[in-house]
Amino acid sequence: MKSTFKAALAGLVTSTAMLSAAYAEDIKVGMLLPYSGVYAALGQDIDDAFALGLETYGADSGVTFEIVREDDEVKPPVGLAKTKKLILQDEVDVMVGVVSSGVLGAIRDTVDGAGVPLIVANAGNDEATGEQCSPFITRVSFSNSQVNRPMGKWMVDQGVKKVFTIAPDYAAGRQMIDAFTTAFTAAGGEVVGQEWPAFQKTQDFGPYLANAKASGADAVYVFFAGGEAISFVKQYDSFGLQAEMPLYGSGFLTSALYVEAEGPAAEGVITALHYVPTLDNPENAAFVEAFKAKTGRIPSEYAVQGYDSARALVEAVKAGATDRETLAAALPKVAFTGPRGELRIDPATNNIVQPIHVYETVAGPEGLTQKVLATLPAEADPANGCEMPVATN
Amino acid sequence: MTTDLGFWVLQTLNALQLSMLLFLLSVGLTVIFGLMHFVNLAHGSLYAFGAYVAATLAETLGYWGGFVLAPLAVAALGAVLYFTLIRSQRRAGPMAQVLVTFGLIFVAVDATRLIWGDLPIGIAVPALLDGQIALLGVEYPVYRLFIIALGLAVLAVLTLILTRTQIGAMIRAGVDNDQMAACLGINVERMFFLVFVVGCALAGLAGAVAAPVLSVTPDMGLQILIPTLIVIVIGGLGSLKGAVAGALIFGFVQTFGAVLLPTLSSVLIYALLAAVLVTRPEGLLPAKG
Repeated sequence: MKSTFKAALAGLVTSTAMLSAAYAEDIKVGMLLPYSGVYAALGQDIDDAFALGLETYGADSGVTFEIVREDDEVKPPVGLAKTKKLILQDEVDVMVGVVSSGVLGAIRDTVDGAGVPLIVANAGNDEATGEQCSPFITRVSFSNSQVNRPMGKWMVDQGVKKVFTIAPDYAAGRQMIDAFTTAFTAAGGEVVGQEWPAFQKTQDFGPYLANAKASGADAVYVFFAGGEAISFVKQYDSFGLQAEMPLYGSGFLTSALYVEAEGPAAEGVITALHYVPTLDNPENAAFVEAFKAKTGRIPSEYAVQGYDSARALVEAVKAGATDRETLAAALPKVAFTGPRGELRIDPATNNIVQPIHVYETVAGPEGLTQKVLATLPAEADPANGCEMPVATN
Repeated sequence: MTTDLGFWVLQTLNALQLSMLLFLLSVGLTVIFGLMHFVNLAHGSLYAFGAYVAATLAETLGYWGGFVLAPLAVAALGAVLYFTLIRSQRRAGPMAQVLVTFGLIFVAVDATRLIWGDLPIGIAVPALLDGQIALLGVEYPVYRLFIIALGLAVLAVLTLILTRTQIGAMIRAGVDNDQMAACLGINVERMFFLVFVVGCALAGLAGAVAAPVLSVTPDMGLQILIPTLIVIVIGGLGSLKGAVAGALIFGFVQTFGAVLLPTLSSVLIYALLAAVLVTRPEGLLPAKG
């Protein structure tokens, strides 16, 4: 009964559309982001930049985008419930978002089973585009391995032979560091020691820093994010270690989002990331200016992920996609040059392929800024056990 | 590595520094509990509030302005809490107290988010205490030595007050038997208020002192709560000596556990807690005999 009614309605809509050729198509977007909880600031950056991306690229697509926002509270069960609501009740055409890898893991099967395309705008766990890959999940942000792997060879090339690594003891910390150490040792470097402080339970890194100091390493390579990154960078500097053992790491350590809170302690720290706001290209200049005008903030890597999620969606629509099925097919085929440089999606895993930028945090006229030292060429992640099935709705 | 004397000195100082920070937090909580039989789970939130106030004031008044005013601000907040919630819950029994103060934690976390935002805040170490100093053959951050010294100073002052002054005697009498103390003409209610406010001020002081070392985040109060509770349970509820002993044990077990037995480090302190509860349920140095 309901379906006949729908079919009738669809028929009516089609005939109306045929009558007026300019009739706008509607794409319903379900945004699943943490609007509260520890990652709320990240969610806000993604949301603001996504809206900006739709304004910038979507205006001439002939389609109106309707956004339904849901707060996953960084809790996997909440994320799952909100995903079901978006899919079943709101009947969205496409989902965008997911900051936490835990939430992504929880909603993966539901999204995959329902055949709803999901544009991952942050969550970087390797499995999502590895053994857990899905034809419906396209990641435009990064993978944990991707941002750390290129640093292995680059640091050896810079003459760093012995490193000590420190990262929080959880899946992302392990993936980030393991990707780095694998590449580092393959290039001829030596890992002289490793520490894995308990995740979100460690506020004082003093004991680990003393171990690093005693290890005789040339440098220390770390991954920390958020509050832990601030504590770590400040404590590293307070022990006066930066002079004898320079600090390197995954670029989240000195993210533009909170580098100001780290203050002068962050000066001279060298890290690698897929985006920094000081990248010198016309797309980025336009993006930074527009984002600043809209929000008053400097865009972070999270913001660019939101912006590019919108761009990817618009490109898919421009390629003719109109519903869940066609969007899922079109999203992995998008490729464009954005603020981060040349981007494409790897069809083998549906993960983004992008250049990685090595940058040093330096003092500028308006506070701390990022000086790009090198841009390492884009490299697709290994399939990691991903056997991409054919999309079936 | 472990034969190097400098390594041991460095880690001992790290352990002392952590101990003193925990001491500042737990002493207020334990005396409030000992005297009032009141479980204030929101004590960690007061610490977070102190850190936020210190971080905010540091921008305009410099670090020392925040250092002095943050404890006062937290004491004022404590006074408000006392008259609105704590006093009426005094006789309500531990379950109601735990629920009310547990609820306060969530209110506090969201309130800090609304006022200060979600992004962590960091403040710089004051210029006077910046840099490192050579001590027993190791370079150690001056600010961390300052935390140790401050903890010891607070300990000395509290010991002096509790053992050598009239108010100290009254507090000890109240901890021992509050009804008898009231019969002897001590205004126990006013003393409760005083102790509660001073305990809050110390939590605020701990927050102000921790702010330059750690990052100031909305959930820092929640993160510190469990270590603080472990300290007072190991040390023994209600006693100053217990708080010192508990803080030292926690600091040393945590620090040396993290460097010598990294795989067991997060379990060690809980195993110790369980052992203390089984063998000495009152804690190592309880207030009452």
